[in-house]
Formats: sequence, structure tokens, C-alpha cells
Amino acid sequence: MSSRHAQLAEQFNADEARTNWHDQTLWWVRQKRDRAANTLPEWEQLRQWASDIKDHTLSNLHAYLLEFEKNALANGVFVHWAKDAEEHNRIIYDILQKAGVDRIVKSKSMLTEECHLNPYLQKKGIDVVDTDLGERIVQFREEAPSHIVLPAIHLKKEDVSDTFHEHLGTEKGNNDPQYLTHAARLHLREKFIQSDIAITGVNFAIAETGGIVVCTNEGNADMGAHAARVHIACMGFEKIIPKAEHLGVFTRLLARSATGQPITTYTSHFHRPAPGKEMHIVLVDNGRSRQLGREDFRNSLKCIRCAACFNTCPVYRRSGGHSYHTAVAGPIGSILNPNLDMKANADLPFASTLCGSCSNVCPVKINIHEQLWKWRQVISAEGLTDPSKKMGMKLMAWVLARPAVYRFAGKAARWVTANLPFLVKNKTWNPWFKQREMPEAPKQSFQEWYKKQQRS
Amino acid sequence: MYTVGLFVPCYIDQFYPQVAISSLQLLEKLGCKVVVPLNQTCCGQPMANSGFASLSKGCDANFIQNFGELDYIVCPSGSCTLHIKEHLHSEQFPEKATLIQQRIYELTEFLTDVLKLTTFKGSFPHRVGLHNSCHGQRGLHLSSMSELVAPVFSKPADLLKRISGLELLLPERSDECCGFGGTFCVFEESVSVKMGKDRIREHEQNQVDIITGGDMSCLMHLEGILKRKKSPVRVMHIAEILNDGYE
Amino acid sequence: MSSRNQILEAIKNAQPAIKPLPVLDYTVVTPIKELISSFEQFVKAVGGRVQLVDQSAALAQEIENARLEGKLILNRLNGLSSMDEISPDLTELEKLDRVYIRGSLGVAENGAIWVSETSMGNRILPFIAQELVLVLREEELVPTMHDAYQHIRINQEGFGVFIAGPSKTADIEQSLVIGAHGPVALTVLILKSGLAVPV
Ligand code: SF4
Repeated sequence: MSSRHAQLAEQFNADEARTNWHDQTLWWVRQKRDRAANTLPEWEQLRQWASDIKDHTLSNLHAYLLEFEKNALANGVFVHWAKDAEEHNRIIYDILQKAGVDRIVKSKSMLTEECHLNPYLQKKGIDVVDTDLGERIVQFREEAPSHIVLPAIHLKKEDVSDTFHEHLGTEKGNNDPQYLTHAARLHLREKFIQSDIAITGVNFAIAETGGIVVCTNEGNADMGAHAARVHIACMGFEKIIPKAEHLGVFTRLLARSATGQPITTYTSHFHRPAPGKEMHIVLVDNGRSRQLGREDFRNSLKCIRCAACFNTCPVYRRSGGHSYHTAVAGPIGSILNPNLDMKANADLPFASTLCGSCSNVCPVKINIHEQLWKWRQVISAEGLTDPSKKMGMKLMAWVLARPAVYRFAGKAARWVTANLPFLVKNKTWNPWFKQREMPEAPKQSFQEWYKKQQRS
Repeated sequence: MYTVGLFVPCYIDQFYPQVAISSLQLLEKLGCKVVVPLNQTCCGQPMANSGFASLSKGCDANFIQNFGELDYIVCPSGSCTLHIKEHLHSEQFPEKATLIQQRIYELTEFLTDVLKLTTFKGSFPHRVGLHNSCHGQRGLHLSSMSELVAPVFSKPADLLKRISGLELLLPERSDECCGFGGTFCVFEESVSVKMGKDRIREHEQNQVDIITGGDMSCLMHLEGILKRKKSPVRVMHIAEILNDGYE
Repeated sequence: MSSRNQILEAIKNAQPAIKPLPVLDYTVVTPIKELISSFEQFVKAVGGRVQLVDQSAALAQEIENARLEGKLILNRLNGLSSMDEISPDLTELEKLDRVYIRGSLGVAENGAIWVSETSMGNRILPFIAQELVLVLREEELVPTMHDAYQHIRINQEGFGVFIAGPSKTADIEQSLVIGAHGPVALTVLILKSGLAVPV
């Protein structure tokens, strides 16, 4: 009966101390975000601008993409179009082959995770090195990132220490983050220098100038892109914004929402390849045009991947990114992934209490919790929910539409709870009762009481 | 004098009648004429939130039949009120549905916004922790939300603070969800319970006697956890406290 | 049909009726009056150091002193000390202890500094050195990112970057470590207003 997310979440919760740590650490990030937001009295106005700019862009995307392409080409950048993950991966492989390169460095790009680029390239014998520290850690462990901004947030420093001991030969049992980070620094700086091709993601692509902006704290995107001969930037086409001026709005929101920093350490603007070098931009659809056509879900494409909705989500904090079994976890993942594969991800819109905190923190004002509700309707209409759940709901609806039946059923339910408690107080078939007592069944309902009052 | 229809959510009717009785008595003490339509059942939320909004037509029709003629509808649940406000739908009587959506109030907002209750006679000498239900707070805006950069306010807290002897305490995370979430509480049992335990821990740190709130569903979930661990902390719906405290 | 045209066609069919582009009225933006103190506060908050310089000679002297100490210095400041050539060999650059680069604009609300490709000489320079020193004039501070984007033209050169503090990460248990892949330290030298310096 329990869904994939629920099962994985239950496993996550088996270690309560660790769950507490995960919850508290991410809550701390949420608090940093709150403090940063509260330093700007115009915060809500900025969110509104960001939302309106993105809404406008989505409504004029065709024209903006053409404008972007024209300007990027004029800048001497190669522009590629990929309709799906497979084409995206092939385009990259072709560039690698033409350059005769068999090892690359890659900075964080959730798109390449979504397209499963790493396993694709590795199968073809390419050595892919993820250079974001968190991503390198999970790559060594052959795990997926569990958070789009903090990829290794599910791990403790002891785990990282073990992993680095195994892969980088660090001192066993030395758990000092400073020491471990330094070891990764030495290891990765060597990789940057050796690599001919670097792949990066894209935070914003500016139609007006044909350039892209990449934001990192570690400097890994820059180390990679500037050391390499060829820079490939991969982006979902929704990263477009119309004008350079709009970067003022988005850069003010992004880091504050993500980590509470006033801005990321590096906000890098790439327009033309460096002399003698090559720059490629891959524009990817992979289901995005389908999502754009879904009126109720289109504005999920406004997302700037800040992960504020992850950090605030009480369910995410207590179930971990891997419980969402997709590249992009958390609340936003739960409204994006059903578009990619409705059946495989039918559980995700239900992995929420619809508390609405996600929509409130979202810097581009995506109505995430309302979309979760709407996906539930779509998924049920498609027949992708548990048949027994559907039967139960049908029965319930039938009862609740008939006042007399309802009164009888209510009485029966209370009678059963009071007189045959073993039917209800059963941990096997009543998940409520596993860790919670049932409410006491009162002798009379309110309506029964009220009728008696009226008579007397 | 206001004539108000009392909408009693189905689970309150069946399992927490004292909440409805308190609401009724409180409204009467405050001078309202209270009408209780006797064929009311449920707002339809359990189906809709499970993805079966299509199955709530019967509930919608029944709701309109029971409440279509009233000027004010008051409900001691933020969640059910929000559901009606957002999702009540009728092909046959669309205007009636819209009118109901404008006329329905959650109990505390009715007290603060319509009755404009400012003075409060009576007392309730207990340490009380307030649980903000998400639907009441983020849905109906009964209080400000910690995520937004906006002035701070709280309709339920305003009412509670007026009761003499009542010591109001907010948990550290003042508006985190308790994890009830409708069918979420059984389909995502482990996360649901963990969320509830964490809310309770913060209230216990405040050494409260009672946890209150505007939604009995959240409180039922918290009560289940409290009772299992045999905690001395009780839950009480805000209507019960207000009614007890109002002479 | 090419993928490009298929995608564009699909987008054309899927996109909704046009919605207006908002007019950004910057009068709602909270003004920052004390630019220099705000800037200083944020550079520190993001892990950097600020030093006010009131004599250009002092700066030239500092560079010379560092050289004398045996540090591997690369100076990109035109007219102060001597300007150094940039080796094309990355393993050489990787060893640099410190580089001096001219920034062109500082942002008071977050401590970020705009650095253009020309002043870097080589794009990798501000990232690869162990320590980065950026030089700004006091007059080059603006209040917010909105102002910054009005002053710079992002596509004037092939590459440009806002740098706020040394490189950092918190990927291990959210504990902040300064010095991820880029510089382990950032110093911003602010030349006092009216100072006659060649840079
Ligand atoms: S949905 Fe909003 S809050 Fe979540 S990652 Fe995207 S932009 Fe950030």
C-alpha cells in the first residue's frame, strides 16, 4: 500500500538522530534565508518582479529563444538544440569526439543529472569528474545528489572522511571539514588543469546579449571553463530572461533564497569564447515544451533552482532527497517529475501535506502546493493511484453525499471504535495506530446532541 | 444580531462533538443566532486532497443545499473553510457556490473580523501552546507567515491573549506543519508521525499544559502521539478554550 | 524537421497569450547611504578583507615588499610596480601566491566586485591564484545590483564576473570552509577618493 516515497522515507526515518540532524541543518539554512530576506524591505516586490518577468518570458519564449540564438551565434558561440535527454547526451559526446577528448570536468548542472549524462559518457569510456565538492563526494560514493544546492547534505562528515580515505588517501578518521575540503581542492585543481573540456550548467541566459550567467561559491565552474579549451554550457530552455537589467532582480534573490548569502561568490558572465577557444551552448527541451503547454503546471518552468522550497519543506527535511527517487527532489521536483514520467513519479505529488510553505519561500512565486494538489487530480484521473484507495474514496464520497447514510455510518464507526477496538487498534492494518492512539469515540455525535437539545 | 449557520466538519461531528458544542455556545454567548442545518455532512476535502475532487460533487451539492441561504457560515476548522473557499463548485447553482465562498468564515476570523471581539470576560489559567494550522494560516491568512517579509499578526493569538490567566506560548518554529495532512497521515505514516513528534517536543520545551489550535484534525494527530507517550499535555480546540474562558 | 525547429514549433504552440513585462520601478529599492561602510561590512561578511589606501605609493610598495619576501606575485595593475606577463602554462599559474587585479565596480549591498576580462588578462587568473587582491576606487561603489547592471555592459567583453569574497564551500555538514577551488583569501584595496593613481 505504501508508495515508493513513503517506503524510502520510512527507511530514512529508521535512524532518528540522523533525521533530526538533517531536519535541523536544513532548517538552519531556511533561517539564514529568512534573515537575508528580511534585510530587504522590498523583498516581496522583488519576488513579484521575478515572477512577472518569468511569466512574461514564458509567454514569449519562442521569440526570446530566437533572439538569444541569434546573439549567441553572433558572439561566436556554437548553439545546439536537443529535444530530449538522449539527444543532449549525443550532442555532448559528438563535441568530445571531435575534440578527441576522453576526460572532462563538470560543474553543477541539474540538467545533466536529469539527462543522466554521467552514466551515458562513462559507458562510452569517458572519464567524468564532477567538481562541485558535494557532487564529487556523491560521485565517489556512486550515489545521486540529494539536494540541488547541497548535493551531499544527506551525509555526515564521518561518511565523507571514509569516502576520501578510500578515494583520495586522506588520513583515516580525520573528519575535519577543513582538512577534507583541502584534500579535495588539491585533487580537483589537478583535474581542472588537465582537462580539455569543461561542462557547466547555466543559471540565466540573456536573450538581449546572447550570453549566459553561471553562479557558484566554489569557483569550480570558472576553474573548469577557463582552464579548458572547450566550454560546453547545458541549459533547459526556460533559463532565458529577456534583458541584462533583469539580472539585478534575479541575482538579488537567488543566493539569499538559497543559502542566505547576499550573493554567490562568483557570478560569471560568459559571452564570447576566449581567444583560440570554443564555447558551446546546448538548449534542451526534454519535456519542457509539454509542461509549457499544461496550463496548470506551466509556471513550474519559472524555477531558478534555489532550493529554498527544499529547505523549508517539513517533509523533505524528514525524508531526505533520495526518497524522491529523481534528479530534482523536493517540492519543485514533485511538480516537475510527473511531467517527465507520470507513472514512475505518481507518488511524488502525494509526498506533501500541502502546507504551502514552499510557495511562500519561492523567489519566483511558483504556486507549488497548488500544483501538487492539481497533479493529484491528474494522476487519479489517469488511473495511476492505488485501486483500493480509489474504491475507498468512492465509498466515502457515496456516504458523505447522503446525510442519512452518513449519520448511520458515523454511529457505526463510533460503535466499532468503542466496542470492537481490536478492529481499529491494530498496528498491521491501521497505520494511524502504529505510533498514535485513536481518538476516543464519544457516545453521541454533535448532531445527536443538538437534536436532543432542541427537543428539550 | 447576526444569524450564522454553523458548519460542523464531519470528523468533529462524530469524534469531537464538544468542539462543535463549544462553538455553538460561544457564538450564542456573543449574541449570535446560530442555525445548525441538520443534513450537513462533509466539505469533500478528504476526496479532493487525495486526488479525487471529481468525487466530491455529492458533497458540494449537499453543502449548497444546507448552507445556500445563510448570510454567515462559521466553521471551527481552517482546513474545511479553506476547502470550501477554494473548491466548492456547482454546475447547477454557480452563484450560490460563489456566495457561500464569500460568506464562510473560520471561527476565529469571524470573531475578530466580523464580531470585532475586543474585550473578553473570564479567565483560563493555563499555559497554552498555539499550533498554527497551515490551512488556516497560509490558506486563510489567519496570521502572518514566517516565510514572508510582512508585518506580524495573528488572529487566534489575539483572541487567546485577551483571556486573563492564559499564558500563550509559541513553539520555536512557530508555523511548521504538524504532519497531519489528511490521508498523508496514514499513507506517509513515518514522516507524518515524525513531524508531529517534533511539534510536540517544542511545545513540551515550553512546558505547556495544553496545545490548542483552530483545526481539530491537526490536534487529533498530535493528541494521538501525546496519548501514546502518555504525556500530561492535552489538546483543546480554540473554541473550547474561548468558550470555557468566556463567562 | 530539425530538432531546433521541432522545439521552436512546440514552444510556439504551447506558450500562452503574451503577458506584459513588468516595469521595474527602482524607487522601491531601499537606498544605501553609507556606500563604503556597507561595502566593507559585506566584504567581511563574505570572508574577504578590506583595506583603505590613501597613498598609491603605499600600494606599489606593498607589491614590491611581497616580491622581496619571495612570494610569487602577478601584478595586473597598470602603472603600479611593474606589470607582469601571464604565463600560458596553468601549472605555473597554479603556483601563484597572489595576483593583483583592477576591479571596475563594487556593490555596497553585497560586497561583490565586477572584474572585466581585460583587467584579468587571462580569464583564469582571479580563480587560479592562491590569493586575490582586487583594487577599486572609492567612487566606483554603487548601492545595489540594480545599479551595478546599469553601470556595466555585461557583453562589452567576452567574459566578466562579480566576485564576492574568497572561494568557499559548506558541502561537508554545512560547515563553512574558505578556499574551495579558487583563492583562499580575497583582499579589496579601496583607493580613497581623489587619489591620483595611474590605475
Ligand atoms: S521552485 Fe522556487 S523555491 Fe523551489 S527551487 Fe525553484 S525557485 Fe527555488
